[in-house]
Amino acid sequence: MVNSGVNSGTGTGQELTGLTAHEAQDLLTSGQVSSVELTEAVLKRVDEIEPQLHSFITVTRERALEAARSADEARTAGKAVGPLSGIPVMVKDNLSTEGVPTTAGSRILKGYTPPYDAFVVEQLRSNGAVIIGKGNLDEFAMGSSTEHSSFGTTRNPWDTDRVPGGSSGGPAASVAASECFVSLGSDTGGSIRQPAALCGIVGMKPTYGLVSRYGLIAFGSSLDQIGPFSRDVRDSADTLSVISGHDVRDSTSLDTPGQDFSDALTGDISGMRLGVPREYLVDGMEPGVKAAFEKSLETLKGLGATLEEVSLPLTDQALAVYYIIAPSEASANLARYDGFKYGNAVNDVPTAWDVMDQTREQGFGAEVKRRILIGAYALSAGYYDAYYKKAQQVRTLIRQEFAQTFDKFDALVTPTSPTVAFKSGEKMDDPVAMYLSDVCTIPVNIAGLPAISVPGGMSEGLPVGLQFIGPQMGDGTVLRVAHAYEQATEWHRLKPGI
Amino acid sequence: MADELTADEVRHIAALTRLGLTDDEVEMMRGQLSSILKVFESLQQVDTDGVEPTGHTTEVRTVLRDDDARESLGRDGVLERAPDSEAGYVKVRPILG
Repeated sequence: MVNSGVNSGTGTGQELTGLTAHEAQDLLTSGQVSSVELTEAVLKRVDEIEPQLHSFITVTRERALEAARSADEARTAGKAVGPLSGIPVMVKDNLSTEGVPTTAGSRILKGYTPPYDAFVVEQLRSNGAVIIGKGNLDEFAMGSSTEHSSFGTTRNPWDTDRVPGGSSGGPAASVAASECFVSLGSDTGGSIRQPAALCGIVGMKPTYGLVSRYGLIAFGSSLDQIGPFSRDVRDSADTLSVISGHDVRDSTSLDTPGQDFSDALTGDISGMRLGVPREYLVDGMEPGVKAAFEKSLETLKGLGATLEEVSLPLTDQALAVYYIIAPSEASANLARYDGFKYGNAVNDVPTAWDVMDQTREQGFGAEVKRRILIGAYALSAGYYDAYYKKAQQVRTLIRQEFAQTFDKFDALVTPTSPTVAFKSGEKMDDPVAMYLSDVCTIPVNIAGLPAISVPGGMSEGLPVGLQFIGPQMGDGTVLRVAHAYEQATEWHRLKPGI
Repeated sequence: MADELTADEVRHIAALTRLGLTDDEVEMMRGQLSSILKVFESLQQVDTDGVEPTGHTTEVRTVLRDDDARESLGRDGVLERAPDSEAGYVKVRPILG
């Protein structure tokens, strides 16, 4: 069933939930609505559509209302309020939340409750954001459809027979369907940008190191980065301002001063040099996606940007590099799930070795097992040089290729994913076909670059994403060009009819 | 480079990573992992002689913080999350079976 078309809302509650965070913040500031009212409206919307969508693993109703009351009190008392103060948000369930179950979408962590908050969760709380729950994801963020969650599949709000993308399918679908205003996801090879594209919203992967990974359940540590989902670029800029910053508990956290990324949203990109890498127009790209992309290039030209085709030949190697490095890191990171320290263990077996074997056999799903095995194989004696070391060397060359390209260009523009949202079940038995869904997003993680996906057209009644890639620390640049494009188009205003 | 993986190779890696696999899973993984390894073959065409490997992408190197005592997670909070514990220790099944 296709839920296309603009939803004008059926009452004041739904009109409220469909606002952007900054529009809702204006209503809070002017006193037209309280955070408690906003939170109640969102929770009502969640109750209504969760049976169809399943974007949440956990809804924290009472905690949310308590946080909303605190935000209202802080506002009344005249305490400083930020852009997310009193705003209902959701976080992906691989972000640790003190006292609230955190599963990473895996049976092996069923029942686990972290004793601490992730850095980004601390930042949300201290800025007065109202966390309403935890978003569904592919198990340990490994997947491109959210079908690999141990807790059921999330549906695409535009067509519930289709996937929302992944791995951050829950956070993406919830923002698209107005179940929250903003959410946080994690992006290891496209897990924010691809679901943002498939759900018709904004999703951003910041420069590696800009956002602390402390409390993010690790997948591929040299690639993982946390970032925002939102219904317009301004909300992503504001959210990035809240969650970025130096944190000593993540040794790769960049020691940069706090920034207000909304300063980058000038609306002016005249004279900006945009590169169009031809390798991103891959074989198998749907004609409707390509047509939307070409139309977007015309829009950018109309805004005064100069566009030039460019070649990044190593793009073709990025998928192989990624599917060696990410599983290698994952096989090491997931060694900690031994059935001894926390989580869901099989304990009624004779020896400690049996505990490990059985806990991991029963606790991990098929995709996680595949990646642990591939990673261990790539790292094993006799294959290390041919696979892991080779991939790391090609990684260096991919970084250099990007760096040389950014000598000539301010940003690159590409499609986010070669297809619109695909049907549930379509790629579940063919891991390589599923991996190809991320072919346009993966090179960015390999090089640690910032990139954003914004709504960039429709094809067959489904959203198409447009990706902007910047140089390291060019987060403001990608926000600026994405914002200018968005303001010149209407795609971000379309809402699914669910 | 490896061609098709054998079932014994899959069982060997599964043992290294402490993953119990049924015979059906071994066969499924054998086929799927072999097709994933084929994707990797293209890398051999890239000349990487003398290229330094990249571990991660920031320029940050060897970060050391000041050696100040600071609060850490409480013992009770950690132990109550363990599947089994006794007298202030995590308790595990026998290691020598």
